[in-house]
Amino acid sequence: MNALKITIAALAASAAFAGAAVARDNIQIKGSSTVLPYASIVAEAFGENFDFPTPVVEGGGSGAGRKALCEGVGENTIDIANSSSRIKQSDIDTCKANGVNEIQEVRIGYDGIVFASDINGPSFAFTPADWHKALAAKVVVDGKLVDNPYKKWNEINSDFADQDILAFVPGTKHGTREVFDEKVIVAGCEEDGTLEALKAENNGDEKAAEKACMQLRTDGVSVDIDGDYTETLARIDANKNGIGVFGLSFYENNTDKLQVATMSGVTPSTETIASGEYPVSRPLYFYVKNAHLDVIPGLQEYVEFFVSDDMAGPNGPLAAYGLVSDPELAKTQEAVKNRTPMGPLN
Amino acid sequence: MTDATATLSNNNVRQVGGSLLVLDERTKKRNAAEARFRRMGQIAVMIGVLALIGLLASILSNGLSSFQQTYIAVDIHLDAAKLDKSGNRNPDEIAKVTTFGYMPLIQEAIKKKMAAEGISIDGLNAKAAAELISKEAPATLRNYVLSHIDAIGTTVPFKLLASGRIDGYYKGRVTMASAELDKNVSPEQLKLADELKQAGILTTAFNWDFFTAPDASDTRPEAAGLGVAILGSAYMMLIVLVLSLPIGVAASIYLEEFAPQNRLTDLIEVNIANLAAVPSIVFGILGLAVFINYAGLPQSAPIVGGLVLTLMTLPTIIIATRAALKAVPPSIRDAALGVGASKMQSIFHHVLPLAMPGILTGTIIGLAQALGETAPLLLIGMVAFVREYPAAPPEGFFDPASALPVQVYNWTQRGDPAFVERASGAIIVLLVFLVMMNLIAIILRRRFERRW
Repeated sequence: MNALKITIAALAASAAFAGAAVARDNIQIKGSSTVLPYASIVAEAFGENFDFPTPVVEGGGSGAGRKALCEGVGENTIDIANSSSRIKQSDIDTCKANGVNEIQEVRIGYDGIVFASDINGPSFAFTPADWHKALAAKVVVDGKLVDNPYKKWNEINSDFADQDILAFVPGTKHGTREVFDEKVIVAGCEEDGTLEALKAENNGDEKAAEKACMQLRTDGVSVDIDGDYTETLARIDANKNGIGVFGLSFYENNTDKLQVATMSGVTPSTETIASGEYPVSRPLYFYVKNAHLDVIPGLQEYVEFFVSDDMAGPNGPLAAYGLVSDPELAKTQEAVKNRTPMGPLN
Repeated sequence: MTDATATLSNNNVRQVGGSLLVLDERTKKRNAAEARFRRMGQIAVMIGVLALIGLLASILSNGLSSFQQTYIAVDIHLDAAKLDKSGNRNPDEIAKVTTFGYMPLIQEAIKKKMAAEGISIDGLNAKAAAELISKEAPATLRNYVLSHIDAIGTTVPFKLLASGRIDGYYKGRVTMASAELDKNVSPEQLKLADELKQAGILTTAFNWDFFTAPDASDTRPEAAGLGVAILGSAYMMLIVLVLSLPIGVAASIYLEEFAPQNRLTDLIEVNIANLAAVPSIVFGILGLAVFINYAGLPQSAPIVGGLVLTLMTLPTIIIATRAALKAVPPSIRDAALGVGASKMQSIFHHVLPLAMPGILTGTIIGLAQALGETAPLLLIGMVAFVREYPAAPPEGFFDPASALPVQVYNWTQRGDPAFVERASGAIIVLLVFLVMMNLIAIILRRRFERRW
């Protein structure tokens, strides 16, 4: 009986190694969880409309995706990395070191970052300065730099409701956090004059001052969410005073539970983000390993399909899901057709 | 003499009332301590039971509705002018019409159906009316047309999926009030859905697709199913069973019956016990380094998942098997040896069959553990959006696939609230599999176990 099982095991093992030689015929994609829903929508439509298998799309974060892309060339490495922030020089260096020389940068559109709270609570009209004042570790009070003393929103701005300050911001591993830090906190820091005070404290070092700006308070008022937006939503559900940071598409899928705050007087929507009026937005990218283009069947078609007007255009399903379509999409389509590799970072 | 013993015993016995029926101070204390301990035990059990009931109640209340699905029956005219412009019924040319080209057909069909039933809703245009039907529907139509080319030009009845929000309306997730605020559905659409339901066009049926359909993207939660995940999990369990049972049993027989007792075997024993306690994510890291990066096996494939889970399950199986072998009394071995059997014969003819129920129980429990494992799969690329069914084994072992616990994890991260229901539904399916496996283990133990 046992001998029989050992034979079966041996057969399975030999089948395993015979099969390993079979070429991969599906596209493998990994990266940002913000781009993931868009990529899976495209992958699904691609599988339905082309004779190629549906690509496999993995999450894991922008950084993880770019790292996997740069691991090397070959069938057991991925073909495309989704990224919600631009590739870094360090990634490009790793890529070069591992023989991944040509990478295509494809910008698929823009994503808005919105501030939303419980639908039944008071509404807010923020400016970046409000957020900095509410969340920064150190703020200027009466001309002096002190630890953040504010507890309630109406202490920040008398127009706001008398509500405890409680913010759910994305954890530092998220690409969203980078944008939040840069476009809200640092912008607000500059606006309310804290940057100047910090600069004076750091002997005029602007970089160090900016870094100090991004220090959020640690007394429980600002809560880092390491999970995804569903976790942020659950936190707001449990604590109605909370205000969360979301991607526009997530908010648009949950408009019955959340109300969105304006930023500098602009309500976030695909239109205001496309026009650039709404300040907190970022481009979304994916990076293609050019060496795989003629090796993995359907890769070129997938890339072209992704940026086609049918998908990424203003009336396509991606825009319907919350992606702000890129006004320069035609340029991207052209570049993709010519397989133009990206130049050095500027 | 009698006096002396009387005083002695009087000194020894505590000075009490003297009746056995009246409890003294210390006995009362002891009894009270026992009663306290019992109560604490009962409270502990109650907490456990309550937690289980709470968990099951929340999963069942969220997830049971995923086994029901709302469908809309429409007759769709497969317009030759739209699907086959040249009119020569060339499959290659018809395949050029993408799913976007099928959208107008559905819009037209809904419009016709509403007119035929005399339904009209104020403030609802044809496009919004067609949004009642899932975005999966154009793909369904296209697949049908491509496999039935001669149906072009005729009118075919279809039972199409209703969109996630409409489905949610009949499951209590969406209400008129929430639709007012919801960007993806309007109260007018819900009114139309109610009218359609009255006319018998919109129906609810058991959701078989939930078990067979592949995953779907965020825009069509109503189409998402567990097909690929169930297949992937089954493949992995097959690999785990086929690899870990013989290896585990062979290793334990050698260690238990043949190996000399020395430092080396002691060391191996300690290591096996330690391995059983290693966090599963460590096996994932190992799998990524060894099977994918070094051996070059494909990402997201059940073979890698199976190998990683085999490593994880082996210690469990070895420990269970050794315990089962140890439980077979030495007299059986001695008797076999006494009548002239070789050591190997005594083991394979007598000890192993007697230990089999214990071994199988351990194996099934190990498999159940492996079935519910997510962490190691995270690192080998199985936590992914996979829509293609893996092929039949053995090639299928190398195709990308998902797994049940991974699918749960995936769905809880999606933006659309309809995926919460799907995730809970997937948990129920996973739980049913686990309960079944554990039941088999219990039955095996009860029926075949022998006690000496």
